[in-house]
Amino acid sequence: MEPLSTAQIIWSMFIQFMPVWVALIITFAVSITFKRKLGLYGKLFDSPVGMVGLFLVLFWVFTAFLADMIATFHPIEDVISSMRRKAPGTAIPNPDDFGYSYFLLGGDILGRDVFSRMVMGSREVLKIAPAATLFAFMAGIILGLPAGYFAGKLDTILSFIANLVLSFPVILLFFLLVTPEIVNSGIPRYMAGLLFLFPIIFLVILLNSRYYTQPPLRNMLVGTVVVLGGWVYLGLAWDADPLGMITMQGNQLIVFISVVFVNSPTVFRIVRGMVLDIQTRDYVAAAQTRGEGPWYIMLWEILPNARGPLLVDFCLRIGYTTILLGTLGFFGLGVSPESSDWGSTINAGKGQISFAAHIAVPPAIALMTLVLGLNLLADGLREESLKD
Amino acid sequence: MGLFILKRLGLMLLTMLCLTFIVFWLTNLDAKLETLAKTQGSARMTDTEVQQWIANNGYDGSMIGRYGQWLGIVPGWTKEVRGEERGRCLEQGMTFADAPTYCGILQGDFGYSTVLRDDVSTIIKTRLTLTGKLMFWVMIVMVPMALIVGVLAGMREGSRTDRSLSVFSIVTTATPEYVSGVLFIFAVSAFGIKWLKGSAASAMDGLTFANFTLPVLTMALYGMGYIARMTRASMTEVMTAQYIRTARLKGVSFGNIVMKHALRNALIAPFTVIMLQFPWLLTGVVIVETLFNYKGFGWTLVQGASNNDIELLLSCSIVAVLVVLVTQLISDIGYVFLNPRIRVS
Repeated sequence: MEPLSTAQIIWSMFIQFMPVWVALIITFAVSITFKRKLGLYGKLFDSPVGMVGLFLVLFWVFTAFLADMIATFHPIEDVISSMRRKAPGTAIPNPDDFGYSYFLLGGDILGRDVFSRMVMGSREVLKIAPAATLFAFMAGIILGLPAGYFAGKLDTILSFIANLVLSFPVILLFFLLVTPEIVNSGIPRYMAGLLFLFPIIFLVILLNSRYYTQPPLRNMLVGTVVVLGGWVYLGLAWDADPLGMITMQGNQLIVFISVVFVNSPTVFRIVRGMVLDIQTRDYVAAAQTRGEGPWYIMLWEILPNARGPLLVDFCLRIGYTTILLGTLGFFGLGVSPESSDWGSTINAGKGQISFAAHIAVPPAIALMTLVLGLNLLADGLREESLKD
Repeated sequence: MGLFILKRLGLMLLTMLCLTFIVFWLTNLDAKLETLAKTQGSARMTDTEVQQWIANNGYDGSMIGRYGQWLGIVPGWTKEVRGEERGRCLEQGMTFADAPTYCGILQGDFGYSTVLRDDVSTIIKTRLTLTGKLMFWVMIVMVPMALIVGVLAGMREGSRTDRSLSVFSIVTTATPEYVSGVLFIFAVSAFGIKWLKGSAASAMDGLTFANFTLPVLTMALYGMGYIARMTRASMTEVMTAQYIRTARLKGVSFGNIVMKHALRNALIAPFTVIMLQFPWLLTGVVIVETLFNYKGFGWTLVQGASNNDIELLLSCSIVAVLVVLVTQLISDIGYVFLNPRIRVS
């Protein structure tokens, strides 16, 4: 068969992304219709920058969810050796064996479809980046609040540790930590055992400080958190899920852990700084006079008032985490060589750019647009939250 | 001020000790030593041979003790292996009698690199010079560009220039080095640009415009966006200040207001940001040097890390951490000089 022309390639990709377009149109139509009732999220639709950002982010989020419908080939198993390094739009020799007859963005070094790998790669990235950022925030918040609120020795020690981690060059830490030897030594399990405790502690303290006056309700909420959280915790951190449903592979765990580890000190510093500022407000003094406990004040008086900057930083940080994950993939750390995540695909194609650029360029552009979307979204959120 | 600097230096020393110990610990885990033994000896060694190799080369004994040896506060190990006198401080052909007792970094001995087979101090010196050149040009390109973009954008908040320059700086912060580098090399080969090269390997012998532009641009672009946005934020804040309004009402021209009144105050915040940007450049250096095949400090770090070259890695981490801490100190001190309202207690 004839290879596709550039216009045909673009059109075919547009068709392949159809489920994403439909989902995007529905989301935007619903959101714009009800934007006055949706709070800060609705206000995003007043700012062009925020809308573009949201569009890019949602595009990749929907792509990750619907990847099975979009991808034309299996990203790892469908290897056609005659399609090695073939240019975009080349027809495959045996279309009857597969559901699709073209490699839309060409073939990679082993003869796999670059387009499908890029689409599936979004799943790899979005599986880790937001969750890791969330964990980093939980750890940063739960340590930053008391450091700022109680100050004194606790603050000195925690700040020293945070600065210690911050002055450790990220790249060196990755190279030392994300290695098979470290995975085998079990260190990631211990670190995960510590870091994954923070979300549970966070939720328990959060609920307890609010509802300790109503013991039955409190017991129910805290109990649910402990049981559910403990289940996920055992599965993720110790690979000891009694039901055998939740597990995380060693090398994925170490990637997750090191990204959380690198991000949380920065969050700690931001939270600590904001607590120092908000602490002087009247409503904090009022709560103290009412006799509220310190954790109630920290979590229910101070934290909600710090949400704007934290939300903006959250968006930026997911982008930064995506870049970090890409860096790890670029150096081939912690991921299996055939993984379709964007960093590894760029790594695999970096030596071929001068003669087969289509291997490295699509994942590079994908990564760039996702991070750009997150940054624009953060910018839009900042602009809109400053307005009131 | 003197006490402040002294305190900071003490804290720096403590941080260095902690961090080098962490690096030491991570590189000296049993599993890593076994890998080292297999790469240095032979890949087909049996477990007992591996243990033998580890013992013969002084990697046995307590971790704290060996860390002390590396620092130079514990006497270096000595051993007799098959009638040959071996020791940490023994050069080729030396005997116990004429070797020094201590040889650690306090004595100025940074050790020997097992992978590059050379003294660590010479490796670091040559590689750091190469990276220094790269950093110098990155700074020369990045800082003025970032400041100009930031000042132009912040000068008239909300104008079309501001909008487009802000989007430009957001785009650059969203493009990490491994993305922009790939795109640059692609563009150079796709458009057949002959006067730029996609590799900087020849730049190690002599810098030319052709072989050094792409690496410098790749690094400068990613770092630039952040500085530009900080400059813009600081510039917009200054432009709304009372004294700027006074100057305007007095009839001073817009150009004069920006150049003479606003600029100096607007540049205080970016100074800190530029200083704190140095540590981030390290990751960039590693990526860019790998991508463009320029064998500087970043390349050395990758070599050391992938072969678990303990002493090379330790020295690399000293350099890296020193850069972080010194730039932090400079940014704090410089801030005080630039902004007379701030006093160090």
